[in-house]
Amino acid sequence: MNLNYRSLGWRLVLIGLFTVILQVAAVSQVKIFGVNADLVPLVAASVGLVCGALPGAVFGFALGLLLDFALVETVGVASLILLTIGYATGRLRELRDPQGAIVPLLVGAAATAAAQIGFSLLTFLLGQEVPLGWALLWELLGTVAFNAAIAIPVYLVVRRCLLSVLPEDPRRRRRRAYTTGGLSPLSRS
Amino acid sequence: MYDRAVRRRRLTLAALLALSLLLLTAYFGESSGGVLHSAQRGVFGVFAPIQDGASRVLKPGRDLFGWFGDTIDAKGRVGELERSNRNLRARAIAGSEAERVNGQLRQLLNLDNAGGLAAAKPVTARVIGQSPTVWYASVTINEGSNRGVKVGNPVINGDGLVGQVSTVTGDAAVVTLISDGELAVPARVSVGGAQGVAQTGAGGPEDLRLKFIARRFRLDPGATVVTAGTVSNSPGLESLYPPGIPIGSVTRVEDPETDAQKIYLRTFADLRKLEIVQVLTSSINGNRR
Repeated sequence: MNLNYRSLGWRLVLIGLFTVILQVAAVSQVKIFGVNADLVPLVAASVGLVCGALPGAVFGFALGLLLDFALVETVGVASLILLTIGYATGRLRELRDPQGAIVPLLVGAAATAAAQIGFSLLTFLLGQEVPLGWALLWELLGTVAFNAAIAIPVYLVVRRCLLSVLPEDPRRRRRRAYTTGGLSPLSRS
Repeated sequence: MYDRAVRRRRLTLAALLALSLLLLTAYFGESSGGVLHSAQRGVFGVFAPIQDGASRVLKPGRDLFGWFGDTIDAKGRVGELERSNRNLRARAIAGSEAERVNGQLRQLLNLDNAGGLAAAKPVTARVIGQSPTVWYASVTINEGSNRGVKVGNPVINGDGLVGQVSTVTGDAAVVTLISDGELAVPARVSVGGAQGVAQTGAGGPEDLRLKFIARRFRLDPGATVVTAGTVSNSPGLESLYPPGIPIGSVTRVEDPETDAQKIYLRTFADLRKLEIVQVLTSSINGNRR
């Protein structure tokens, strides 16, 4: 794989900074039905899906660290969760390479649910009082639904930002060759 | 080649996991003056002006999306507000009589608290950031130690108590909201004078519990709860909160007048839609009544 690590790194840094600023300064403050979207797990999952497990894990870790520092929260919690999300979605891409249009939506919803449950578990394990109740359950489910609704646009934006610095996907190359009339294995016979 | 890539991937994952756990443990183990906390304050100091600028730039977009949310919420609240309006009108009539009597009593007792909070040197600030998860009940404001804001200062808005300053840099501060489990506010029921502690734990970001209320007090839904201020005469036991700041109203009481009574509160301040807040930077008479 001929990866241009420097270009990819810069783009990931910019995506991470932009995501945290946008989330903290705007998205967190817009509530619809009492819940807000959480771009952070969506972006971590999208980077994993587009770039693979290793860049996904590193990006998730760095994004979580930035979020913990920017919001003065317990350092390490968000890193641990987002690192797991980035790695898991990256492995999904490497092992299964799902191609359906609905994949980013499902992965986004799963990543959001994993992030919410991960936060609650870690918060509980760290001994902080967790206010459990229907209102909170509604908030968790609402965030998952909200994020599922915006998962595809977020994935497309991340993909568009990163695609030019990634090595060309063999499947994409093959598909393009079919549509332009050459190199199909069926045409050899 | 493949084995090397797999080994590198696994090593990186293990290293990042270990680093996360190490940071988590170190952060929890150190005091608030430790290396990680200091580094966090440093990054926060750099990040806060960017956040402030972004918050201003993104305000039109935020307002647009907020308008959709508010419209949907407002439709659901019309009936509730109409009922509330009827109750308030009846109470306003009773309140004007009580106000007259109260005024006379204040004159008699020479306890004129008019403008009490103005003497607490309030600093007006704008909310420039908010945590994306419900697990951290905190907001970031655009005023800090350069305007006299200190850790522990109470924060209010037009509706009532919002929280307490937990981290300060020169131009920004983090406010831990009263819905955070780590905050406990000495509280008093405005009618009857029952005293307890308001703390989260009821089930939602705006739900609080009023704890440690003696069983001889019977509380009804709708009762207003305010900050108690300092109740002890000892100089070292001063409350951080001035007396009389509205906190919320009682929504329901389970097992009333027993030792196990559970009193649920709904905050007056809408903690999900904070925009302008005030930090009370000075205490008056040790926050005593």
